[in-house]
Amino acid sequence: MTVVSARKLRLATVWLGGCSGCHMSLLDLDERLMELQTKVDLVYGPLVDAKEFPREVDVTLVEGAVANVDHLELLETIRGHSAILVSLGDCAVTGNVTALRNGGKVSDLLTTIYRAGPGRSPVGPEAVQALPALLPKVLPLHHVVDVDAFIPGCPPDSERIWAALGALLRGEPVALEENQRTFG
Amino acid sequence: MSVVTLYINDRLVSGRVGQTLLKVARENGIEIPTLCYLEGLEPWGGCRLCMVEVEGQGKLQAACLTEAREGLAVHTDSERLLAWRRMIVELLLAERNHTCAVCVVNGHCELQALAAKLGVDHVRYDYLHPALAMDVSQERFGLDHNRCILCTRCVRTCSEIEGACTWAISGRGITSRVTADLDRPWGKSTTCTDCGKCVQMCPTGALYKKGATVGEMVREKTHLQQVMERRQRSGK
Repeated sequence: MTVVSARKLRLATVWLGGCSGCHMSLLDLDERLMELQTKVDLVYGPLVDAKEFPREVDVTLVEGAVANVDHLELLETIRGHSAILVSLGDCAVTGNVTALRNGGKVSDLLTTIYRAGPGRSPVGPEAVQALPALLPKVLPLHHVVDVDAFIPGCPPDSERIWAALGALLRGEPVALEENQRTFG
Repeated sequence: MSVVTLYINDRLVSGRVGQTLLKVARENGIEIPTLCYLEGLEPWGGCRLCMVEVEGQGKLQAACLTEAREGLAVHTDSERLLAWRRMIVELLLAERNHTCAVCVVNGHCELQALAAKLGVDHVRYDYLHPALAMDVSQERFGLDHNRCILCTRCVRTCSEIEGACTWAISGRGITSRVTADLDRPWGKSTTCTDCGKCVQMCPTGALYKKGATVGEMVREKTHLQQVMERRQRSGK
């Protein structure tokens, strides 16, 4: 798990089945983002305009759990193209809120949550056909592919992200302190 | 008072005859993690987190139930023990739905804190995601089976301290549940005195004060000792 840093590190971020809160936390790095951009090239993610996941990425931070077939396909590509894959936040690490639906049957989800739930149902059968198929169970990343490091938290605060990125930039393994590795 | 001397982690320590290894260790500043043990209650030995190695014995021993004896050589923090403890915490997290982010005790939870302490930053086992109900029939408190780790602190507090014997465990193994009055809704219990001691002693978010939202439910763990001390003073 070492990255030679003679050149700028190629960093990607990915948003799977999550709320984007982990990416908001990433933006909470504030002025440290300036320092970060001198050390990394952001090559993919919700914050840059790249359509396809690129090859030869050094570090990829993945937010969110694996909830549908699109996530599954993208995660396999990410793993193949990334030297280091990091689970960012509780949904990626544990399934978290995204996995709350795992107690029920996936075929009943839209009925249970939208049609039988409070308020007007926003979903018709045509929308269901257009959406990527849901997996029977929402899974944390490391139950699908090998994951090199974990940053728990919902969301992980920017200090945790900074500590993890710092280690990765120095070519060291991620070793968060006790108070930085709590779930929730 | 007779004294025993023994080695814990190669350090010579002493305790009183009849004390458990856990008590002697803690009195000497040696930390052993526990979840089901609680000062003031009869030890139960259920969570297995306090397992220690005793030289000359092949089996691991629960420190909360093992008496300290003269000349024992005990190890509390070997790599093997740490690996078992991590595994126990991972299995607890995988068995029910411990979604810290939306839990009433987020930030005040003994299971959450212990996971971080032991370096559990992910769970290797499949999450079972059982579909478990909540019991909100009681007026002031709620019971969320999703967060319960079956430590039986509530059961023991209710029978040993309050004397009401409302709580018990029904079922076996993974289907075990905390139940009130032989499986009635808590609110229909005729034995519950509404004292709330069980709620204060719960290590997780399984028993909580109604109206508490995420992270709001802070436990008063000294509650039990205060009760015991007052009783002692009043001679009851």
